[in-house]
Amino acid sequence: MSKRIDARNLNVYYSKFLAVEDVNINIEPRSVTAFIGPSGCGKTTFLRTINRMHEVIPGAYAEGELLLDGDNIYAPGVDPVNVRAMVGMVFQRPNPFPTMSIRDNILAGHRLNGARMSRSEADDIVERSLRGSNLWNEVKDRLDRPGSGLSGGQQQRLCIARTIAVSPDVILMDEPCSALDPISTLAIEDLINDLKEEYTVVIVTHNMQQAARVADKTAFFNIAGTGKPGKLIEYDDTSTIFSNPANEETQNYISGRFG
Amino acid sequence: MTQTASAEPKKGSALKRSRGGAAGDKVFSNTALAAGVIILLVLAFVAIFLVTESLPALWPQVFSNQDSIASADTFGQYVLPLMGGTVLASIIALILATPVAVGIALYISHYAPRKIATPVGYVIDLLAAIPSVVYGAWGMTFLAASMVPIYGWLHNNLGFIPFFAGDPSTTGRTLLTSGVVLAVMILPIITSLCREIFIQTPKLHEEAALALGATRWEMIRMTVFPFARAGIISSVMLGLGRALGETMAVTLVLSPGVFSLSLITSGRNATIPSEIALNFPEAFGMRQSELIAAGLMLFIITLVVNMIARWIVSRHKEFSGAN
Ligand SMILES: Nc1ncnc2c1ncn2[C@@H]1O[C@H](COP(=O)(O)OP(=O)(O)OP(=O)(O)O)[C@@H](O)[C@H]1O
Ligand SMILES: [Mg+2]
Repeated sequence: MSKRIDARNLNVYYSKFLAVEDVNINIEPRSVTAFIGPSGCGKTTFLRTINRMHEVIPGAYAEGELLLDGDNIYAPGVDPVNVRAMVGMVFQRPNPFPTMSIRDNILAGHRLNGARMSRSEADDIVERSLRGSNLWNEVKDRLDRPGSGLSGGQQQRLCIARTIAVSPDVILMDEPCSALDPISTLAIEDLINDLKEEYTVVIVTHNMQQAARVADKTAFFNIAGTGKPGKLIEYDDTSTIFSNPANEETQNYISGRFG
Repeated sequence: MTQTASAEPKKGSALKRSRGGAAGDKVFSNTALAAGVIILLVLAFVAIFLVTESLPALWPQVFSNQDSIASADTFGQYVLPLMGGTVLASIIALILATPVAVGIALYISHYAPRKIATPVGYVIDLLAAIPSVVYGAWGMTFLAASMVPIYGWLHNNLGFIPFFAGDPSTTGRTLLTSGVVLAVMILPIITSLCREIFIQTPKLHEEAALALGATRWEMIRMTVFPFARAGIISSVMLGLGRALGETMAVTLVLSPGVFSLSLITSGRNATIPSEIALNFPEAFGMRQSELIAAGLMLFIITLVVNMIARWIVSRHKEFSGAN
């Protein structure tokens, strides 16, 4: 399953501080969308409002609407827990549960739903998710070892496996490769390409080649100055953004003439 | 095959020059070593003192001019009931205090808004500062009396359990009351240690759980508890250590007697520390040796408890999150 994402007049605050102002964006299902922009422009902040993870931070709240296939996740009565089960997230630093084995890491999401499953069903999920994240061959002989014993790139793919194990509709990734070497980065980029067959993928990246390689569409965020809110400046096909952007700020940023 | 020539760095080369920090390192490591040695020496002296002073009671035929110890036929007959009472009181305290302490610590670290969490934390720390004699006085005068009706109820409804068999006390000065006082005393230690550890759970892992769609409680079970496991065990063991060794509170609350599983009867059970405190001032000769030997037994219990705790902690090292 894969859902479209529409943000309408979305403002995000940290207490009184308006961090992201008036974002309107439509993200197609089964596509990869990259968020780029200078540090502090609110990419992470906006990304986290797509699964309401910003609410974990005391004082953070969002105004406006965010629709998943037309359903507003900020409508009254919506439980953020349900939103997050539909919208998975991969973080900047790999964070497998250190107290769990590789296998248990992948089953963690299923165990949350309290689903009783047979040993063979569980095995299926583990294998399918690990194959889905191109990790199966590397870890199939040590599924009962702790996940923290893997390399950084393997850990990150384990985190992706853990996310896709619960079959979300959307996968959010916040600079998933920034802690990885080029080989692991390529592995993850390949993976992202496969993932869009089934999921809506949104990725934040500082690496513009990466955005150009993986993303169908790219959104450029910018900030007018410290203390000012971040804004969505331009959103278009990746090729357009990188070859022929409509906005001068975008042009300056992608050509390195920034600030 | 080429080989790069290697040479010892020359004298005075930057590689060999020691920086100011190196001297500091040395001073620190020597101080740490000295402190460690002193601790070991003190421990050794305590152990030697305990053992030599206990020998007459442990083996009267050899180390004294008497055939047996003063208060019983054998030392085992004397000390085992005391050990039983001590352990029983401490276990009651742990069973009562641990869940409450962990609950409060979790509330402070993960549920309460900061405005409430901070003052609650202070109050808990304040509880730890109350001297044990105050707890004892409170247990004797207030708590004991208010426990009497509860004992009646326990006896009438759960009397088939050995712990609640026997005549319910009319003064309330029983082992169970002592256990409750001990529980209140160790509550702050366990709570504040657990809170410290719960707070340190990496945000990264908490967010990983939440992003999978975990509720707060599920997040706590998936990340906070596994992360804090070793810490919880250690804090409980610290609490147990305090409960095992607590003298004043038990001495004031408990009206002692022979060992019995019945926790709600007065004039039953005694603990090693309060036995020593009550009798040591008038004791001499063999009686004194008995009491010191009892102290040695307490020392051994505490040691064993600590070893078990370490073993439990180390069993899951690989999965502890420390790596
Ligand atoms: N927890 C927080 N509390 C208060 N302000 C925050 C918090 N997190 C971020 N901000 C502020 O919100 C703004 C946007 O931050 P955000 O982390 O979304 O930027 P970003 O685009 O992801 O930057 P980077 O590329 O460096 O990751 C910044 O001004 C930042 O200082
Ligand atoms: Mg960021």
